[in-house]
Amino acid sequence: MKRVWSKLLTVLTSPFMALVLPYGWSLLFFLIPFFIVLKISFSDLKMGLPPYGPLLEWVEQGVLTIRLNFSNYSFIGTDSLYLLSYLESLLIALFGTIGCLLIGYPMAYGLSKTSPRWRTVLLMLVILPFWTSFLLRVYAWIGILSPHGFINTFLLKAGIIGSPLTLLDTTFATVLGIIYCYLPFMILPLYASLEKIDFTLTEAAYDLGARPSQVFLKMILPLSFPGIVSGSMLVLIPSVGEFVIPELLGGSQTLMIGKLLWNEFFTNHDWPVASSLAILMLIFLIIPLAIFQQFQERQVRFLDEK
Amino acid sequence: MKNKLSLFLKIFMGCSYGFLYLPIFTLIIFSFNASRQITVWQGFSLQWYETLLQDTVLIRSAWNSLQIATCAATLAVILGTLAATALVRFGRFRGRSFFGILATAPLVMPEVITGLSLLLLFVGLEQTVGWPKGRGLVTIIIAHTTLCMAYVTILVRGRLAEMDLSLEEAALDLGAHPLKVFTAITLPLISPALISGWLLAFALSLDDLVLASFVAGPGSSTLPMVIFSSIRFGISPKINALATLIITGVGISVLLAGWLMHRKRY
Repeated sequence: MKRVWSKLLTVLTSPFMALVLPYGWSLLFFLIPFFIVLKISFSDLKMGLPPYGPLLEWVEQGVLTIRLNFSNYSFIGTDSLYLLSYLESLLIALFGTIGCLLIGYPMAYGLSKTSPRWRTVLLMLVILPFWTSFLLRVYAWIGILSPHGFINTFLLKAGIIGSPLTLLDTTFATVLGIIYCYLPFMILPLYASLEKIDFTLTEAAYDLGARPSQVFLKMILPLSFPGIVSGSMLVLIPSVGEFVIPELLGGSQTLMIGKLLWNEFFTNHDWPVASSLAILMLIFLIIPLAIFQQFQERQVRFLDEK
Repeated sequence: MKNKLSLFLKIFMGCSYGFLYLPIFTLIIFSFNASRQITVWQGFSLQWYETLLQDTVLIRSAWNSLQIATCAATLAVILGTLAATALVRFGRFRGRSFFGILATAPLVMPEVITGLSLLLLFVGLEQTVGWPKGRGLVTIIIAHTTLCMAYVTILVRGRLAEMDLSLEEAALDLGAHPLKVFTAITLPLISPALISGWLLAFALSLDDLVLASFVAGPGSSTLPMVIFSSIRFGISPKINALATLIITGVGISVLLAGWLMHRKRY
C-alpha cells in the first residue's frame, strides 16, 4: 500500500504533470467544446432544454444511426441577412484594423524613439486603458456620440451645424469603437518589433544619401513587418466576432455576426442555428488564425535560438 | 538628431493619447454632476455615489465578480505557468507546436464562440455525467480560467525564454529533484511575470461580459452583466460613478504594481 502511495506521489510531482494538467484543461475546456458545437450545428431544434435533438439514435434492432441535419446551414445560406452580416462583420473589422494600424504605427514608432525614461511611462499609459473595463470604455462613447452628446453639443454651440448629427447607432460608431478598444493590441506588438530595429543601420543609410521615404519603405517597414502582421491579427480576429461594440454603438442597422449569434442564442433560443453560425465564423477565421500562429511560432523560435 | 522626435510625431502622439484618455475623463467628470443629464454640467454632487451604494443587486454582483476573478486568476496562473514551463523547458516533444497553439488560441478566439462552445460542453456534461449541476460561479470560473490561462502562458513563456538556464542546470547536477528546482529557483526568478499575470487575469475576469453571459446560471450575475443590462436602457450617471470607482481602483493598483516591479529591477 505504501508503495502505491509513493508511486502516486512520484507521478504527481514529476515534470510530466506540467504537461498533463494544462494540456488536459485546454483539451477539455477549449478543444472538445468545438466538436460539440459542430455536432449541435447538425442537429435540429427541439422544444425544451437543451433545445436540440439527438444526433445519434438507436433505431430498432440496435442499429445506431447518425442523422446529419444540414438544414441549419442551408437556412443560413438562403437567408441573405446572414451572408450580408458576415460580409459586414469582415468589412467593419477590416476598417477597424486599418484604423488601428494608421494610429498605432506612428505611435509605436514614436515610442521606440523616445528616451528610455519617458518610454516606460508612455508605454504604461498605452496599456492602462486596456486594464480598465472594456464595457465602460464603450459606454463612454455613447455619451460622446449621442444626439445630446459632447460632439453634437459642441458643434451646435459653435454654430457649425444646425441640427444634431446622427453619430451613434451607425457603422461609423462601431468602427470607431473597435479602433478605440483594440488600439493597445496593435501598438504593443508593433512597438516590440520596432524597438528591436538597430537604428545605426538607418543612420548609415542616411549617411549614404538615402531619403527619409526610402529609409522608411526599404528598411523600417520590412523590419517591422512581423509586428504589423501580429498586431493586425490580434485586432482583426476578435473584432470579427465582436458583440459588445456593435450592440452598444452600432444600433439596429449594424449587423455583425457576433450580435446575430447572440440574438439567435439568447432571444430566439435556437441553439443549432447559433452553433452553425459559430462554425461558419470559425471557417472564415481559419486563414487569419493560421497566419497569426505562423508568426507567433516564428517569434518563439527566434526566442529559443537566442 | 537621432533621438529627437519630429514635431509632427509629437503632436500626433499627443492627439492619440487624448483619443485614449478623453472618453475616460468624461466618464469621471460627469459622475460628479448634479443633473441626470450626462452632458450638461449643473454643479458638483455626490448623489450618484449614494444611489450606487444603495443598489443591492449591483453590490451582490460585484461580490460575485470578485470571487470569480480571484479564483480564476489563481487557477490561470497555476495552469499557465505549467503550460509555459512545458513549452519552454521540455525541448522538442511530440505535439509541442499543437500544444503551443492550443495554449494561446483562446487569446484571439472571438468570445461568442468560446462562450457558446463552453456552454454546450457544460450542458452535455450535465446530461452525461451529472456534473456541473446547473450553472453558476463554478462554470464562470472555468470559462475565465480558460481565457486567462492563454495570457499568463504568453507572459511567463517570454520570461522563461530570456532566463539564464545555468542555475537550474547546476541545481539538477547537484541532485535536486526537478520539483524542488522549480519551486526553489525557477518560481522566484519568474515571480514578476507571475504577479503581472495574476493581475492581468484578475482584470480580464472582472471585465468579461460575453463568456459570463453564456455560462452563468440564475443568481450568478456578474458585475459586467448587471452593468450591461442597465446601459442597454441608456445612460445613467450611476454607471459613471461606478466607472470612476473601478477606473481609480484599477489605475492605482496598476501604477503601484508597475512601481514595485520597476523598483525591484534596478
